[in-house]
Amino acid sequence: MPVDVNLPTILRQHAGGQKTVKANGSTLGEVFEDLVRQFPGLKGQVVTDEGALHKFVNVYVNDDDVRYLDKLETKVKDDDVVTILPAVAGG
Amino acid sequence: MLRLAYSAYQRMVGHCLDGLPLEACGLLAGVPTGDDAKADIAYPTGNDAASAKVYTVNPKDFLKADRDAEGRGLEIVGVFHSHTHTDPYPSPTDVANAPDPGWHYVIVSLRDEAPMVRSYRIVNNQITEESLAVEGR
Repeated sequence: MPVDVNLPTILRQHAGGQKTVKANGSTLGEVFEDLVRQFPGLKGQVVTDEGALHKFVNVYVNDDDVRYLDKLETKVKDDDVVTILPAVAGG
Repeated sequence: MLRLAYSAYQRMVGHCLDGLPLEACGLLAGVPTGDDAKADIAYPTGNDAASAKVYTVNPKDFLKADRDAEGRGLEIVGVFHSHTHTDPYPSPTDVANAPDPGWHYVIVSLRDEAPMVRSYRIVNNQITEESLAVEGR
């Protein structure tokens, strides 16, 4: 069953302008692989070529930051909502 | 151009003053209209860097702001942060870390007694100041 993935504004251009898309997988990594299959423009934007979460994004599964869970190995289930937000910093 | 609701302006400047001596930051939510935007709400966020020189928006605060804005039919249109001792102009760090070319970047300088507030677009590492109008006082 698919999960909902909320995309930040800057990535929506790669998904036909959609804010929320559906993707399949039992782990976050699988969900993102499915996302890239659907929307090739997202390749490298959330998961680096080395297979790690990009430092420029923060990812939540429901209310939990996946960096404090199992990162890309975090399990997801039906009705979970994955939210991708940009990391915002400066000086 | 960025049109900023007066209530948002007050909340933004107040949060920056409250954050002294550290940099403070937050998000702006509203409605984008092409290159312009109307920001109705300022969401103060935590500065995870806890520094007088750099800021990092607390990700959980961003999530809450994003959800609240969406519930109101708004979206995040930009970010604000304070410069405790320098001009209200984007630093090299601001430019290097600007996450979204569609956003409006507001800087609140607390260098002088009276806060100075300016807004910018940062696109392809190019800084362009834009008009900032506070409305609804």
